[in-house]
Formats: sequence, C-alpha cells, structure tokens
Amino acid sequence: MSRLTLVQAVQDALREAMRKDERIILLGEDIGKNGGVFRATDGLFEEFGEHRVIDTPLAESGIIGASVGLAVNGLRPIPEIQFMGFIYPAFEQMISHVARIRMRSQGRYSVPMVVRVPFGGRIRAPELHSESTETFFAHTPGLTVVAPSSPYDAKGLLLAATESEDPVVFLEPMRIYRAFREEVPEGWYTVPLGKAAVVKEGADVTVIAWGTMLRETLDVVSRVEAAQGVSIEVIDLRTLSPWDEDTVFESVVKTGRAVVVHEAVGQLGLGAEIAARISEECILQLEAPVARVSSFDVPTPLFAVEDLHAPTPERITAGIEKVLTF
Amino acid sequence: MARPVEQVKRASNQLHAAENKPGDISDAALVEMYRQMVMVRQFDRRCVALQRAGRMGTYPPCEGQEACQVGVANALRPQDFLFPTYRDSGAVMLHGVPMERLMLYWNGRPEGAVIPDDVNVFPMAVPIATQLPHAMGAAWAAKLRGVDQVALGLFGDGASSEGDFHVAMNFAGVFHVPAVFFCQNNQYAISVPLSRQTASETIAQKAQAYGFEGVRVDGCDVIAVYRAVKAAVEKAAQGGGPTLIEALTYRYGAHTTSDDPTKYRTAEETDTWRKRDPIPRLQEQLRAWGLWDDEQENACLTEADALVSSAIAAMEAAPTPPPEKMFDHIYKEPTAKLQRQRDELLAMLERRKQAELEQGAAARTEGGKQ
Ligand SMILES: Cc1ncc(C[n+]2csc(CCOP(=O)(O)OP(=O)(O)O)c2C)c(N)n1
Repeated sequence: MSRLTLVQAVQDALREAMRKDERIILLGEDIGKNGGVFRATDGLFEEFGEHRVIDTPLAESGIIGASVGLAVNGLRPIPEIQFMGFIYPAFEQMISHVARIRMRSQGRYSVPMVVRVPFGGRIRAPELHSESTETFFAHTPGLTVVAPSSPYDAKGLLLAATESEDPVVFLEPMRIYRAFREEVPEGWYTVPLGKAAVVKEGADVTVIAWGTMLRETLDVVSRVEAAQGVSIEVIDLRTLSPWDEDTVFESVVKTGRAVVVHEAVGQLGLGAEIAARISEECILQLEAPVARVSSFDVPTPLFAVEDLHAPTPERITAGIEKVLTF
Repeated sequence: MARPVEQVKRASNQLHAAENKPGDISDAALVEMYRQMVMVRQFDRRCVALQRAGRMGTYPPCEGQEACQVGVANALRPQDFLFPTYRDSGAVMLHGVPMERLMLYWNGRPEGAVIPDDVNVFPMAVPIATQLPHAMGAAWAAKLRGVDQVALGLFGDGASSEGDFHVAMNFAGVFHVPAVFFCQNNQYAISVPLSRQTASETIAQKAQAYGFEGVRVDGCDVIAVYRAVKAAVEKAAQGGGPTLIEALTYRYGAHTTSDDPTKYRTAEETDTWRKRDPIPRLQEQLRAWGLWDDEQENACLTEADALVSSAIAAMEAAPTPPPEKMFDHIYKEPTAKLQRQRDELLAMLERRKQAELEQGAAARTEGGKQ
C-alpha cells in the first residue's frame, strides 16, 4: 500500500499492466522522455524502452487509426490523447472504426485498446483545454466510457480496462490529478467496468455524479444533510457507458428522488439520458422530476469566468433542494 | 529553392559586413524591425514573469522566434489576413491587435479575445494545424471575390504532422490561391523533436508534393524572413499561387509556462541556438551600417519597457469581467434558454453577495462584543 495521487495511480496501473502483458504498448504525444504533459507516463520510457512507450508524430487521427491496426494485429495499444479538446482529429477513427469494428466484421475483428484522455476543466488552462464532451463517446454504441473519481478507482478501473476485449475510453479528471492522496494497493487488482459505486448511503434523495464533480458533490451533500436533516445517497457512476442502470434504479426506487450532477453542458449531456431512463423505469416511485445540475449551455469560457460555468455548490444545493421540496 | 540546413546555419553565424546592407529595405524599416523585436521580447518576458507571479495564466513564450514574428508581420500588408497560433502574440500585435488585449486574453479574460474590426487577424489557433485550412479558405475567398488580399497561416513543425496541414496544402495547390504557409520550425513540438515529425529532410520540400514552391529561410535572420515572406506575398497577390516557407528557429524558453524543457533538451543545444539570437544579430548589423548606437539602444529598451508596462497596467486595471459574459456571442441572438440560464447565474451571484454581506455584518457584531 502506498498513498498515491490519482495521476500516480494511473502511472502505477500502466506499469503494472505493462509488466504483466507484453502486448501492451503506449503511444501518444510527449509520453516518452517527457513522461506526458501531466507526468502520467513518467519513468515508463526508462523502464520499458522506446518500442513500448512511443512518442508519435503530432496527429491524433494517426494515434487512434494506427491503434486500430495495432490492436487487430496482436498488440494491446494504450493511446494517450493529450487533452480531451484535441481528440477531435481522431473522431472519425473513434466513431466509424474503433466503436464498430467488431460489428462491421461480424465478430472477426475487435480492437481492445484503452484510449486515455484527461478531461474536465477549472485548471486555469488556455482555451479548449477544459472540455467535458463524454457524451460524444457515451452516445456511441460499442465504446465503453470510464471516468474514475479517486486514485483507488483509477488504478482498478484502468487495470480492468486493459483486460477488456472492447475498446475503452478512459477519462481522467485533470482537476483532481493531484488534489489528494489515497491508499492504493500495490500489485494487480481491478474495479469492475460497468459497475457504479454507492459511495454514501441515504434515504431521501439519490445524487449521481462522476469524475471531478463527485467530490465536490459530496461536500455539498454533507452540508445539505446537516442543514436540512435529510439523508442523501450518492452514486459514483464510474462507468459512463454502458452505465449501471441496476444500481441507479435500485437507489431511486428506495429514495424516490434523483439529481444528476455533471461538468458537461446540460444540453444532451449524460444527465439527460440518465433522467430519461429513470423516468421510464421508476416513474411510479418518483416523488419529483429528476433534476440535472450541469454546466451552462455555452462553450467553456476563458478561465477568468470558467468556475461559474460549471456547477457551483449553490447550484448543486439548489438542485437537491428542488427535488426535496417538489 | 530550398537551402540545405548546413548552409543556413553557416549564414546565421556570418556577420553582415557594411557592404551587405540591404538595398531593398529602407534604413527606417530596418530600425523599426529591430525595435519591434525588442518590444516583442519584452512583452514575452514580462508575460512569463507575470505568470510566475500568479498574475497571468499559462503563456506560450516565443523568445527566440522574434525574427519570424516581426519579419512576417512587416511583410504583410494591412489588408492581408493573418491566421496565427498561440505562440504568435508578437505577429498578432504587430498586425494590429492591441498588446493589452493579448495580455487580457492570456489572463483568461473574454474581452481579451476581441479583435478590432479593422484588423485582419483570426483568433489564435489552439488545436494544432486547424488554422491552415482557414487560411486557405480566406485566400480562396480573396481570389473568388477578386480582392487584393493574401492570407498567411503560421504553424509549427509539429503541426506539419496533422491531417489539416496536408489538407490545406492540397486545397491551396489545387485551387491556386493567394496563401502563404509559414512554418516556424523551432525543432520541437513540446518535447518531441523534428525527427519524430517527419522522415523528410525538410518541411519546405513537402510543398513539392502539393504542386507549389517551398522555401527555407534562416528564421533567426529577420531580414531573410522579411524578404521571403514579402516575395511570397507579392507572388500570391499577382496570381502566382501559394508558397510554403520553412523558417529554422528555436524557442529559448519552455513550450508554455507549465513545461520543463530540461526534460528533453540539452543546455548545449540551447546555447548553440542562443548564439544565433536574432536580436543581437540585427543590432550588430545596424551598428555596422551606422544606423544604431548606445543611445538609441537605451532609448529603445526604455520605450519597449514603457509600452509593455502600460499594457500590463491597463490589463491589471481592467475591471473583472462580468461572468454573465459567458452567455454572449453563442448565437447572434441569445436564445430563451440561454437568457434563463443567465438569469439563474445572476440570481445565484446576488444571493452569494447577500450571504457575504450578512457574514460580514455578523463578524463585525462578533468583533464589537469583544
Ligand atoms: C490537435 C492538438 N493536439 C495536441 C495539442 C497539444 N499541443 C499543444 S502545442 C503542441 C505542440 C505543437 O508543436 P508545434 O506545432 O511544433 O508548435 P510550437 O508549439 O513548437 O510552436 C501540442 C502537442 C493541441 N493543442 N492540439
């Protein structure tokens, strides 16, 4: 056991996976000597060499397109996209090939790969470095989309992703890369894909969040509980697609109320899908419409006003109070 | 046309003798380009210092690349359209965007993104190489509309790996548009050296594949840069089609203020390039040509310092942007939904203010009791 930050846990998982499975190679921009712009691959170039930790030319379509070829021909690529806002040159590869090669080849080919992508905002970065567009990928059948909110889960989910026979988009919340440390076991362990975690039990309302928003939501929740004398259940979705409907429905059936909090904009965000599914499946148990708390429906603004774009504690509180007092 | 690297490097080390004084550039223009390089460097260094002091956001410095910034900007005519990257604050300000706007921009302020109406500068591209098809399109529009305008896209060596670079070159060649693609080959894309971007000997030679001319210049020599760009702009304006220019240069500093170049570059390498520093180089030439002396140098430094300092003062004095600005300019007319969300934000801020006032009052009462 050692106390690791989230980014250290990612690095630890990569090392563990590469030691165990020789087919795994890392490729991306600045991941070699430089150890990645967030240092997620620090030391791996030194340990595994330039044929397994590969700096590519600056071309995301090349990184992902080549990963398709690598994966169908015996390797297990883990490509890194430097920031979520820069994955779009590879969008065609992601949507038209990575997501559907299994279907297009009727099972003959599959592309097991883990596409690592730092995401989310509020790190005072320049334009387009603060995106939360997980919906694009969660909207796409064939992709598994994962977003850890803690160092322990980051390692366990990443190791599980490396074992998956399907392509996984692994979203790493940049804002909490180094925000706190947690006990992370040494060696191999997995946190199952497709399983949400009830991180706090409660009776009156279910709040669903992931990534950076999870901890911020937990802070708000304890304050609302103290102020209102209610008890709130909090679910960390962890896998955003295909997401764990059973855990969510079970909780909402119990509490009768649900709020989804996310850093992506509201319009057609994942909250819309979750709210719709809850309405479809739990309508008779619902005491209030499902509330969504999300970033305002504008592109991430420049950083001087960025913090107010994302859900603030006040807006999360208001969302919870709205369903409690409906 | 492309010159081999070695020749370029040798040229950079040669001092221009008095008889080499350019006949095609006026004394005043030479002096002005020097002044501009000094100003751009001051701007750059002060931005880095401000970032270190927590008074500015992440900043991508261009120190070392001033000859490119200044040479390009001077070769453009006011009507020509510039498509810059994040590294091109120098060229952007010289083509007409006020310095303090740039500082506000790098400080994350929406009002810093405002480009004056009569200035033909596109917002700095952040996603690599995406500006190059735009430059091609703007040049195409000039051709289709029959106006005398050239579009110039700036980009880095790393950008030459992206699909958008190749697409832009190809379109430009096929439609024979008045575009100039100017590559600042500073040898690195963050940590990745040029040898990882291309197996070609030069970037300039890639133009050949797209059916137009590629040129290589010493990017530490502002005169060479100016001449190459001026020739390309004139050719384009006369219907001669696009040109790709590769300028050999180096960024002395980090990729951005969040980068540590000692991870991937040696001090010896950086020192070698420092010896080709475009600023002392032009200064020595100007002195040799009798156009510069100590007094002028001191005045120039003072002037640059004053300009940059007043831009910083203006940036710091600018009132904090109203956060509801984030709802502006999403569509031409704000939608009803966005209006509602704007109101929600304002109401939240109002409650925050009230709560703070109440807390302040409570604290004062507490204090009064003691
Ligand atoms: C599409 C895209 N991918 C990745 C990045 C992250 N990134 C920012 S600058 C940079 C290197 C660019 O190198 P180069 O084009 O040589 O220009 P320079 O920064 O050296 O001026 C990278 C990889 C980005 N901004 N956009």
